[in-house]
Amino acid sequence: MIGYFLRRLVQSLLILLGVSIITFVLLYWLPADPVRQIAGRSATAQTVENIRQQLGLDQPLWVQYWRYLTGLVQGDLGRSYLQKTEVSTLIASRLPASLLLMAGAIFAELLLGLSMGIVAALRRSTTMDQSLMIVSFIGVSAPQFVVGLLLLYVFAVQLGWFPIGGYGTFSHLVLPSITLGILGSGWYSRMMRSSMIEVLRQDYVRTARAKGLTRLRVIFRHALPNAILPIIAMIGIDIGIFMGGIVVVESVFGWPGIGQLAWQAIQRVDIPIIMGVTLVSAIAIVIGNLLADLISLMVDPRIRTEL
Amino acid sequence: MANSVNIELTVALSAERGVIRQFARRKLALFGLFLVVFTVFSAVFAPYLTGFDPNDQMFDGLTLHGAPMPPGGQFMLGTDLLGRDLLTRILYGARTSLIIGVAANGLALLIGTIVGVTAGYFRGWVGSMLMRLTDLMMAFPALLLAICLAAIFQPSLWIVALVIAIVYWVQTARVLYAETASLAEREFIAAERTLGAGHMRILLKHILPHLMPTIIVWGTLGISTTVLLEATLSFLGVGVQPPTPSWGNIIFENQTYFQAAPWLVFFPGLAILTLALAFNLVGDALREILDPTQRGRD
Repeated sequence: MIGYFLRRLVQSLLILLGVSIITFVLLYWLPADPVRQIAGRSATAQTVENIRQQLGLDQPLWVQYWRYLTGLVQGDLGRSYLQKTEVSTLIASRLPASLLLMAGAIFAELLLGLSMGIVAALRRSTTMDQSLMIVSFIGVSAPQFVVGLLLLYVFAVQLGWFPIGGYGTFSHLVLPSITLGILGSGWYSRMMRSSMIEVLRQDYVRTARAKGLTRLRVIFRHALPNAILPIIAMIGIDIGIFMGGIVVVESVFGWPGIGQLAWQAIQRVDIPIIMGVTLVSAIAIVIGNLLADLISLMVDPRIRTEL
Repeated sequence: MANSVNIELTVALSAERGVIRQFARRKLALFGLFLVVFTVFSAVFAPYLTGFDPNDQMFDGLTLHGAPMPPGGQFMLGTDLLGRDLLTRILYGARTSLIIGVAANGLALLIGTIVGVTAGYFRGWVGSMLMRLTDLMMAFPALLLAICLAAIFQPSLWIVALVIAIVYWVQTARVLYAETASLAEREFIAAERTLGAGHMRILLKHILPHLMPTIIVWGTLGISTTVLLEATLSFLGVGVQPPTPSWGNIIFENQTYFQAAPWLVFFPGLAILTLALAFNLVGDALREILDPTQRGRD
């Protein structure tokens, strides 16, 4: 078991190395010249050259990458071209907001998804079940930016229940969390439904019923905990989906997280920031996948014996 | 020989009829199919369905104060910030969404099938190299990668399709890898090999036909994802560029004004949702019908 995780850990590090190489090469090929952006329109050819040398952008690709990598292992992500700040400082200042948003989204998707799935499973093959499954299809088919803008329009502009955008209080968190979580809630409700149906079919549920326990008690004490287990592991996988989603959701709601940081950096060709955010996202995704495996192992002893 | 071909053909045909019959029994699947046909119809016959030009900035398309016209009257769904007819732009936008959805997804399916089948059939170092590549791709935040790529290339219709395919082939590859790997170990493949069949023959005549159900299901569900990805890229302004109408870039162009003119977000948004939903409904039904492990569940 420990051997398995050591192997996975080494594998993850190699994956991250690969991500850093690919991103670096891609950004190197960017047709927009970052030096032009930094120097401004009126800069002379000499100034442009000076800046290029200063940033080491006149060096061949592999020299630049090697310098980046040696910095990286020491925790140095380089400096932003335009803001002159350490990228690690920028990311560290933005990361809590994004993590908060993701936590909110996980809460929203579990709340919506699990309750829909449970109700659908208990009311199986009824109109209720069918309508809930249609709702879940709509959830997985709805583009996040449209959901975000419509939620803003209805609940912030028209009803005034929530602020139009920004960051700070709990009420700021509600709409962005729902927007980011709606996709996952669609998947979760479908998974929860089939998982619940599967569990309700098991012998121990029948035994519990036969023992004379009430229906509610059987559902909440015996069926539910077992039905939820396979779904918990999926939360790790969600992180990858969130990492893309936050770019959109943060830009719709003006949420000051790393999604917006990345999006602004892409528009201004601020390569060190783009690199940094991509790497941080990749690390988060890799950790998420590891967590998903770990949780599956803890939850399901059958997998453990296979290793 | 001729006889066996005949039998195979009959089996294939009756299986196909079975699929169609089962499909026809599902109301939701039929509804999805209707929505797909409806969208394709709108896209193809767009010029005949509307009297306006999608890029015509009409003088009477704006109010006296220069604001977009609300839905109703001359312009059924209203006009956008530049006084263009919204319905017309949505109809022509259907072309963009369908072209990109089908092209990007087709390309992703092709790459995914080639990578997955090669890795699953040959195993060895080729296989593990290819699978490490998919691991690597899985660690990229797909949308972020797509945005970077789209920003690198000057976005055009085909570049956007290409970018989406590059970030989206991985899922298909992983699923097909697992299926091919288990197929390759079955007796009938070993028997073919003993009989002297070459790799190409085994792959095309024996492995691929068994993968078709999975490819069809993933191909259908995938269109829904690629349509959403295109819309998202265009919404961020790195997808299909105006004035070519796309459902995503209609919202991108008008979002600053959405509080006063919510129909400029609502109708194109509804169009995106409808198309993605349609392919999800059809794909899900096909999955339940074609995937034997799903059978007997409900």
